[in-house]
Amino acid sequence: MLQIEKLGHYYADHTALEDVNLEVAEGELVSIVGPSGCGKSTLLRCIAGLIRPSQGRITLNGREITDVPDNLAVVFQDYSRSLLPWLTVRDNVALPLRRRGRSKSERQAAALGALQAVGLADAAHKYPWQLSGGMQQRVSIARALAYQPALLLMDEPFGSVDAQTREDLEDLVLRVRKDGMTILLVTHDIDESVYVGDRVIVLDRAPGRVAADLAVGLPSARDQISTRELPEFVHMRAEVGRLVRGQAPPGAVL
Amino acid sequence: MTTHNPRSRHLSRTGRWLRGIAGLAILVAASEVLGRAGIVDKTYLPPASTILSRAIGLAADPDFMANVLATIKAWALGLAIAVGAGVLLGLLLGGLPVVGTAVRGVLEFLRPIPSVALIPLVSLLLGTGLATETTLIVYAAIWPVLFNTIYGLQDVDPVAKETLRTFGFGKVAIMWRVSLPAAAPFIATGVRLAAAVALILAVGTEILSGFGSGLGIFIGQAEQGLDGARDVLAGTVWAGALGLVINTVLVQCERRLFRWHAAQSGGRS
Ligand SMILES: Nc1ncnc2c1ncn2[C@@H]1O[C@H](COP(=O)(O)OP(=O)(O)O)[C@@H](O)[C@H]1O
Ligand SMILES: [Mg+2]
Repeated sequence: MLQIEKLGHYYADHTALEDVNLEVAEGELVSIVGPSGCGKSTLLRCIAGLIRPSQGRITLNGREITDVPDNLAVVFQDYSRSLLPWLTVRDNVALPLRRRGRSKSERQAAALGALQAVGLADAAHKYPWQLSGGMQQRVSIARALAYQPALLLMDEPFGSVDAQTREDLEDLVLRVRKDGMTILLVTHDIDESVYVGDRVIVLDRAPGRVAADLAVGLPSARDQISTRELPEFVHMRAEVGRLVRGQAPPGAVL
Repeated sequence: MTTHNPRSRHLSRTGRWLRGIAGLAILVAASEVLGRAGIVDKTYLPPASTILSRAIGLAADPDFMANVLATIKAWALGLAIAVGAGVLLGLLLGGLPVVGTAVRGVLEFLRPIPSVALIPLVSLLLGTGLATETTLIVYAAIWPVLFNTIYGLQDVDPVAKETLRTFGFGKVAIMWRVSLPAAAPFIATGVRLAAAVALILAVGTEILSGFGSGLGIFIGQAEQGLDGARDVLAGTVWAGALGLVINTVLVQCERRLFRWHAAQSGGRS
């Protein structure tokens, strides 16, 4: 579905990505891990058509991405700035559904459903700035899920939520992917990358390159407790951990 | 530019009221003392109590109220046109940077022309009716709206715009759903400044042109009347009160509508 060939991107004086090659099949959930500043967000922004890469090409369903592709949703790392402060939480979630040509009542119902899924039905009538960072993050996830995109890009979507909610949201992502969504999830949590992913892509730092592309050999039905006990999970997280750590200078914060 | 920022409220509301009232009381007391003690000739500066009671008495005078209404009408019409045109032009210039830089030179040339200086010219061209008055009001009031719109658009969060872009919204939709609402608090400040300027121009044009009806006409003609100073000053009190009411109403509206802006600019991480 998605093909990235020889992708490179340079900012003024800095090479963010170099020679990135990646293929994602329809319905796959691919985790992308790597140290901070290795170009994860840049990669997602290129796929989203928000920046033209300096080199290489990205094709989606055989068509080169030159602008924002159809049927896409992005959960931005800057979640709080991505919500509109003058709209209620529910209206924020409902807004993109205008692009789907739904009636007002359908939009509102779908928004409420998505908010329920992230555990925020009670906050529907609040404004984003009345919520904590973690709650805002869940609103932006709800907005993306309500849209039911074919391709979902998530940039460190669970960074500000507490551990329990994080597990719930991971399981939510695993549920929605069953509808056939293709998902790219950027995270710096190694366990998470293994738990949710079909594949884990490890990015090198400066310049960002694919250091490893590992298939996750876990059964598709996953469970927060028992999956994490499986030898395959333990082995996998150690391997990814070594790869990520190997790239980072000693003592670096991931 | 001092009042660009809608947030700059240094004193609390009660604090500002107290200061305003204290200042007014001192002024009234001083004029009473000066007037009654005969230090100042009563025909030039009547005591404040005389002016105020005359100003209140005028409220019952239908001719005078017709004048006030005429001024408010011209003010509202001129302001409405200025706001509509200013926002539209601002969106055009702020939304299309190429046009913006091209036109900005022209605007920077036009802006410093004091609109009061145009009163004779416009009167010559358009006569001394509502058309002249409205034209001058629009000319004076459009600037704060226009510049605050452009300024507000520059301040729109790019992440919010990108978010709507990724959901497939086009340029116009993003302008309407993100840029315009995000710039609205700045535009509202511009409108409030414009409202004050528009009132100055409305009354000023009337005083200088001297025809038709309006608060400025009343003031202008009172000069020649028997109780000249008293009526001129009573008319001026009305103009000041109008300005005060307009400003208060607009400030209240801004506070209601843009709670999100105050909340956000206060606590953004
Ligand atoms: N707009 C930009 N201009 C210049 N440099 C940038 C810009 N965005 C990101 N960078 C730099 O590119 C590198 C990769 O950034 P990013 O893709 O955000 O990394 P990550 O998401 O993995 O933390 C970083 O070193 C960052 O400082
Ligand atoms: Mg990032």
